[in-house]
Amino acid sequence: MEIKLTVNGTAHSDEVEPRLLLVHYLREVCGLRAANVGCDTTSCGACTVLLDGESVKSCTVLAVQANGRSVTTAEGLVAEDGTMSAVQQAFRENHGLQCGFCTPGMVMAATSLLAENPSPTEQEVREGLEGNFCRCTGYHNIVRAVLAAAGTLPGASTEVDA
Amino acid sequence: MIPATFDYEVADSAAHALALLAEHGDDAKLLAGGHSLLPMMKVRLAQPAVLVDIARVGELAGIRSDGDELVIGATTRHADVAGSDLVRAEVPLLAYAAAQVGDPQIRHRGTIGGSLAHADPSADLPMTLLALGGSVEISGPGGVRTVAADDFFVGPFETALSPDELLSAVRVPRGGEVPWGYQKFVRRANDWAIVGVAAYDGRVALASMGGTPLRATAVEEALRGGASAAEAAAHAADGTSPGYDFHADSEYRKHLARVLTKRALQGERG
Repeated sequence: MEIKLTVNGTAHSDEVEPRLLLVHYLREVCGLRAANVGCDTTSCGACTVLLDGESVKSCTVLAVQANGRSVTTAEGLVAEDGTMSAVQQAFRENHGLQCGFCTPGMVMAATSLLAENPSPTEQEVREGLEGNFCRCTGYHNIVRAVLAAAGTLPGASTEVDA
Repeated sequence: MIPATFDYEVADSAAHALALLAEHGDDAKLLAGGHSLLPMMKVRLAQPAVLVDIARVGELAGIRSDGDELVIGATTRHADVAGSDLVRAEVPLLAYAAAQVGDPQIRHRGTIGGSLAHADPSADLPMTLLALGGSVEISGPGGVRTVAADDFFVGPFETALSPDELLSAVRVPRGGEVPWGYQKFVRRANDWAIVGVAAYDGRVALASMGGTPLRATAVEEALRGGASAAEAAAHAADGTSPGYDFHADSEYRKHLARVLTKRALQGERG
């Protein structure tokens, strides 16, 4: 069927099979490769994107379910001049990644979390990211990055340099 | 993993959804958030020929008061139940339980009706509806019928719903001051309960202790007889035959049921 949706602010119209998963639509039809297929079972969060501003696991959403809606991937967080979002910048500055596979999903989950709760405690960040697995970092620097992006990291500057 | 092929129909009203179910019969499945159905379709445990998408039917979503009950539309998402001021004030156990489902991404998609209709015996909301003494509204060709939670869950992943029916709403008693407790024992983040217990106003329900969520009737009877929480909780596993897996054997689950029931009866939340 034909679907019309907005991806990273750009209108898309495509003929898709109903069984096409949103993550495959984004990667293979739109050519946006930030969202990764990790576990493929709604567990690991590597495929997390925003659907109408809220984090979802795009391996468990059909592209047709996104018809008429707005999708944001990690690519869409970057401004036209290449400036990263506060969350992306904070991940870089706090070394919130090692291999990087989980990072786009982590960034999108954190972006959604901060939209719902702009000043989370460390515990709220940890619970808010429970749908995203990282097998490298032990999560500490990821949590620091999210707190830094929120401006609630104890003992750190709340300013994020562009 | 890619689901088998299917036809996709978008319902624009509950009546339209019922008409599509009547047309396609056993070959059709309802789709709302898809967070129980799509994972099953991806591993081909489910291969419906037709999906009827009810997520865009406005009349099936939303939360309202109706006398001494709250009525929650079937396609209301877990995040909306957990975040609702009305639910938090009037049925705090349900708001708490909805916030325990999966993880934030799952709660942005999964729906209360979908979770109940899926009827996973280890899930949060079936056990919670049982503890609350709630009910479900079921729409079908003959109109609307209301089925008590005690009669709704009939087997593993099996409910009183017929293939031509639609779970349209959930009814739960208002009771903001009623004491309650909730315990979910897991080894990993965002996992299903190895054993779960929900307690509300002298009613106790168990998850993962059998093929359906179960009422701990022996515990409730002991409480009615004046037993303390600790005394009553000793009966939590009476009459149960829990299964075993790599997390826990049957005896360990019975032990957990007793320990967690005591905590739940004492109002602990975890």
